[in-house]
Amino acid sequence: MVTLTKAEMVEQLFEQLGLNKREAKDLVEMFFEEIRTALGKGQHVKLSGFGNFMLRDKTQRPGRNPKTGEEIPVDARRVVTFRPGQKLKQRVEIYAGNATAQ
Amino acid sequence: MTKSEIIDILSRKQSHLGSKDVELSIKLLLEMMSETLSEGGRIEIRGFGSFSLHHRTARKGRNPKTGEQVSLAPKCVPHFKPGKELRERVNESRVSYPIQEE
Repeated sequence: MVTLTKAEMVEQLFEQLGLNKREAKDLVEMFFEEIRTALGKGQHVKLSGFGNFMLRDKTQRPGRNPKTGEEIPVDARRVVTFRPGQKLKQRVEIYAGNATAQ
Repeated sequence: MTKSEIIDILSRKQSHLGSKDVELSIKLLLEMMSETLSEGGRIEIRGFGSFSLHHRTARKGRNPKTGEQVSLAPKCVPHFKPGKELRERVNESRVSYPIQEE
């Protein structure tokens, strides 16, 4: 199974667009950093064709230590969730269809 | 925050690249990510998070209009698991930044 990493992204920016390795590395780094920065300032991030990173505030709720059964409250927190866009969902579903057909 | 806003910000920060190059780069990155997932692969970006596919098994559903039973094929959906740094930054911003609903 293929795993896409930053190193591979840098390689492709170099090969397909002719950016030098330094520029490519900076750009990949900055792209993910901008998304983190926006999410860290309470902004949702919407990447059309791919999907949306959405923030949600969760209230405190009762929880349990699964090992000991002891009750510990889960603190109020903010979480980020990813909602894939229509286009990405369709592309992924086509893969699943082919995978089961094989 | 949208894709075009990210492209604008990165073009300003990487002024030697030109906004066209930045735009092509970001589009290529997102295309690589979509393609990887639609071929059943994973994406791992340290400090940001990882994307993978979750499998949904075949199930019986109903046509909501007619009530007729239909069988739904198994499918895959993209899933994002935020990395530690992103999770912490988002959670820590809860107190200082309200979520901006535009």
